[in-house]
Amino acid sequence: MDNSIEIDHLSTYFYTEEGAVKAVDDVSFRVPLGQTVCIVGESGCGKSVTAMSIMGLVEEPGGKVISGKIDFSGEDLLKLDKHSLRSIRGNEIAMIFQEPMSSLNPVMKIGEQIMEPLIIHLKMSKKQARTRAIELIEQVGISRPEQIADSYPHELSGGMLQRIMIAIAISCNPKLLIADEPTTALDVTIQAQILDMLRDIKTNSNMSILLITHDLGVVAEMADYVIVMYSGKIVEEGEVVELFERPKHPYTKGLLKSKPIINQRLEELYSIPGQVPNPLDLQESCYFHDRCEQCMSICQTKQPQLQEVGTQQKVACWLYEEAVAHV
Amino acid sequence: MSEPLLEVNHLKKYFPITKGLLNRTVGHVKAVDDISITLQPGETFGLVGESGSGKSTVGRTILRLTDKTEGEIKFKGLDIHNLSPSELRAIRPKMQLIFQDPYSSLNPRVRVGDAIGEALLDHGLTSKGEVRDRVLDALVSCGLSSYHIDRFPHEFSGGQRQRIGIARALVLNPELIIADEPVSALDVSIQAQIINLFSKLQETRGLAYLFISHDLSVVEHLCSRIGVMYLGSMVETASRDELFRNPLHPYTKALLSAVPVPIPKLKRDRIVLKGDIPSPANPPSGCKFHTRCPYAVDICKHQIPEFREVGSQHHVACHLV
Repeated sequence: MDNSIEIDHLSTYFYTEEGAVKAVDDVSFRVPLGQTVCIVGESGCGKSVTAMSIMGLVEEPGGKVISGKIDFSGEDLLKLDKHSLRSIRGNEIAMIFQEPMSSLNPVMKIGEQIMEPLIIHLKMSKKQARTRAIELIEQVGISRPEQIADSYPHELSGGMLQRIMIAIAISCNPKLLIADEPTTALDVTIQAQILDMLRDIKTNSNMSILLITHDLGVVAEMADYVIVMYSGKIVEEGEVVELFERPKHPYTKGLLKSKPIINQRLEELYSIPGQVPNPLDLQESCYFHDRCEQCMSICQTKQPQLQEVGTQQKVACWLYEEAVAHV
Repeated sequence: MSEPLLEVNHLKKYFPITKGLLNRTVGHVKAVDDISITLQPGETFGLVGESGSGKSTVGRTILRLTDKTEGEIKFKGLDIHNLSPSELRAIRPKMQLIFQDPYSSLNPRVRVGDAIGEALLDHGLTSKGEVRDRVLDALVSCGLSSYHIDRFPHEFSGGQRQRIGIARALVLNPELIIADEPVSALDVSIQAQIINLFSKLQETRGLAYLFISHDLSVVEHLCSRIGVMYLGSMVETASRDELFRNPLHPYTKALLSAVPVPIPKLKRDRIVLKGDIPSPANPPSGCKFHTRCPYAVDICKHQIPEFREVGSQHHVACHLV
């Protein structure tokens, strides 16, 4: 087994009054052991729903995982009953969210919230759990751990709360950590601290990370492998250096060009024209075609499939379909 | 040199901390503590800092949306905080504000055209018959289409709503726009569109911007001069090129090195600051940054560094420079 988790043809739909929204549409990828895979994309591209589907957090009847397979340690997470899923969630797969303030219980002491998974999953006694909780608080770089364990979430800053979330997430030594925009709500100096810490934890415990972000800068710093999503589909994926230096898909290229970079000022920023299509109104076409500068006629009528171009890089774009290019 | 459009001299804004039944004042949050900014017509000044640094309060105090504690704000030579209500009203169209969140700054039940035209009518700048033309003109300059005029806010995406926010400011023909984190809530591809719109409008209309942001890469792109704030005080101001080439204050250096760069091979010597930004209600003694500064020495703990000129138009408040 060299993969921590393998996602196969996952589709998750949401049902609205106006019709079904294909939030995640036939997505397959894997997170190799000990590696960091980043899913990058703009709001509404389905990156968070992918994470929620893995964790079994998509709630019916509003939304439903339509099809697919999520292979984790030889088991299909989608076929597990609630009880077995609970024993994996927070234990072998842990998740941290964007908003640390709203993911912690405001009326429960920090220490107790860290102890909870230790007592449930690792069957520790209260005393053992408290000792471990204090160690964990120390491990995530917070001084005065005993005092912090006895305080409530509102007494801590956003950066500290996110550290606590990480402490809870790593408390049971998970094999996979899913981090959904973990630094988006934080200031840059705090973001730098948190990213450094995630990197250290990964190296020390050989954990795999699935990092979801919209920030290409964060991707460049953290990822081994990158997945670019657009309107519920993977449009490009590849090894990080390859993808940043030789992006293939026009959307990836556009995204990379439109981000202002410090010390590389341009007279005018490149910007992708138009906006993301309405998810209720997707036709059989490349979803990016109306914003694409290299749009061809086939792009408007047929959806390109994700296919390999070069080693470790895949792209879903008609420009790279040789057979079509020659027609 | 021509008369500056905006002059902020030693501005202070303290919020009282009250306690108990009688609302006794037990202390002050020094949100803005002795800030000076000069802005020439057509120029862009970028105000950078982390949350809690007081940058938004500076913007709001300049527009007199909140009262100052001390100091002076002059807009075109007029002391904003000493104007009578009617004088203030007369000058208001010339200074406009754009907010961060385009979703909550528009009334969901008011048509876009009415939202944009409201201020024109309210200030009596246009007759009823001409409003529609002016609104259309503003919409089109902001990259929207004329048929958008009768739509409601929920029919627009985030980027389009921010364009509406800009159109609403623009329709009054302002000379100064204070933009408070106008692109922070937007996706990268949309963010680039809005940044370009800001530059284009400046070129065609000679607008001056006070651009408030936490994102240094955006500020570098738009601003000709930049000020870095920390806990209510300005720690460094310089021209853009100077600040990015030769940052002097340790906080500026740390901020610059903390911004993630989308180049995976780049290995930088990052200065990672320890700890959080302290509470502005109880700021550290001496240099407010000394608790997190990697180079702090003894003097930093006791003596407030003077904000002094160290090069042409380059000011910094640090004992070690």
